[in-house]
Amino acid sequence: MAGASRAPTQENNMNHKASVEQVRVEDLHKSYGDHEVLKGVSLTANSGDVISIIGSSGSGKSTWLRCINFLECPTAGRILVAGKEVALVRNRQGDLAVKDPRQLQQIRTRLSMVFQHFNLWSHMTVLENVVEAPVHVLGRSKAEARERAERYLERVGVWKFRDAYPAHLSGGQQQRVAIARALAMEPAVLLFDEPTSALDPELVGEVLKVMRSLAEEGRTMMVVTHEMGFAREVSNHVIFVHQGRVEEEGDPKLVLRQPQSERLQQFLSGNLK
Amino acid sequence: MDLFDPQVITGNLPQFWRGLWMTLQLTTIALLFGFVAAIPLAVMRLSRNPLVATPVAAYTYFFRGTPMLVQLLLVYYGASQWEWMRAAWEAGHPLWTLFREPYFCALFAFGLNTCAYTVEILAGSMRNTPHGELEAAKAMGMTRLKALQRIVIPSALRRMIPTYSNEVILMLQGSAIASAVTLVDLTGAARNVYSRHFAPFEAFVFVGLIYLMLTFVLVGLFKLAEQRWLAHLAPRKAGAGRSS
Repeated sequence: MAGASRAPTQENNMNHKASVEQVRVEDLHKSYGDHEVLKGVSLTANSGDVISIIGSSGSGKSTWLRCINFLECPTAGRILVAGKEVALVRNRQGDLAVKDPRQLQQIRTRLSMVFQHFNLWSHMTVLENVVEAPVHVLGRSKAEARERAERYLERVGVWKFRDAYPAHLSGGQQQRVAIARALAMEPAVLLFDEPTSALDPELVGEVLKVMRSLAEEGRTMMVVTHEMGFAREVSNHVIFVHQGRVEEEGDPKLVLRQPQSERLQQFLSGNLK
Repeated sequence: MDLFDPQVITGNLPQFWRGLWMTLQLTTIALLFGFVAAIPLAVMRLSRNPLVATPVAAYTYFFRGTPMLVQLLLVYYGASQWEWMRAAWEAGHPLWTLFREPYFCALFAFGLNTCAYTVEILAGSMRNTPHGELEAAKAMGMTRLKALQRIVIPSALRRMIPTYSNEVILMLQGSAIASAVTLVDLTGAARNVYSRHFAPFEAFVFVGLIYLMLTFVLVGLFKLAEQRWLAHLAPRKAGAGRSS
């Protein structure tokens, strides 16, 4: 989607930024054996975009997101990161893997992911979790990484838990640590894979609040979510995926208020809050 | 004759002391070797390449599938059966002459034995690494090697502590078979004292108590290790997440 389809709420914050293309996905397919999960999906994320990907379970929306940082290897399609095409080779399973390990690492440090189940490293403290990748992947000095880690932990409101272990925190706190860990990589794009789906209902709010404030900062985000409120109010583009295809997409204000496709109407009537 | 004459013990303390020292040396050195070697071997054991994984699997299968006493006797008596080994002994080869020494043979057999068990314990622990933690490592741009170094191995080493403490205690007790190759360890000392004084209770009850005490100390050390390295799996204590 071009800048023209931006939601008005985001405009004030982001219009001063040049709209640089961060991620482009073209005609992406993914099959597991005979089962085709993604049947040719495309999207473009420019800087400052907040894209919500919605759809029922099994629609392929998480797989799509996971193909973008190659946690899953797509079966066909093109992916461009920061305008540069990712060179792919077919692997033994018949899927497309990134040819150059250095490019794979660049992609993954540019696109930082937040998972449904947080996936914090359980044997490390909160602070160690956030310092880890900047030091051991990006090669930053420990002191610098630590200073930034504390800043990001502060930013998401969990600084006081910096010496605790993840298992000793609530789900909402853990997810905020995971967001700090992703931020500490200072990525161009944040990928959220159902970040609130594993949380108790009363903890969802604290995570959404952090995500909303990141969006307001003008960060580029791609969010696979079931939170229709977030999709409607925070994102500037929404994509409804159904059975591996993009059924409908556009400005969430329009798409979610006046869905054109029958599928999305059904989906929303079961989901609307 | 009394059933229990403490003088048999007090009169032979130096002998017991030397035996204790031997037991501690054999156990500690074998465990150290076994532990260090187990780390790369466990990684190999889990390799997807069968050419790498199978030899390690065969090694652990052999050493876990046969008695340590048999392994010890095989090393000690078997070495001299090879022509080239005897030739090397005569030539004074610095490495192969080691196999004439019962002390080295015991360390060799014990080390390989405990290493085999440790490989399986560690590999099992590595296999149980939560999938999501590996995925996070990948997503943060870690290579496989980096993820092994930073996530999989450190996490597995911590989680294996309770199981490994058993292996350490078994190794301590198992080292008693060193006397089969003329070494005088704690058990060997007891046997010597027994045969000199025909005082089985004094000799064996005394060393039994020493083994018990050593085990007690080991259990305590492992408890400390768990507190230090397994705190992340312990139930939350009051004050966790403190703001210092």
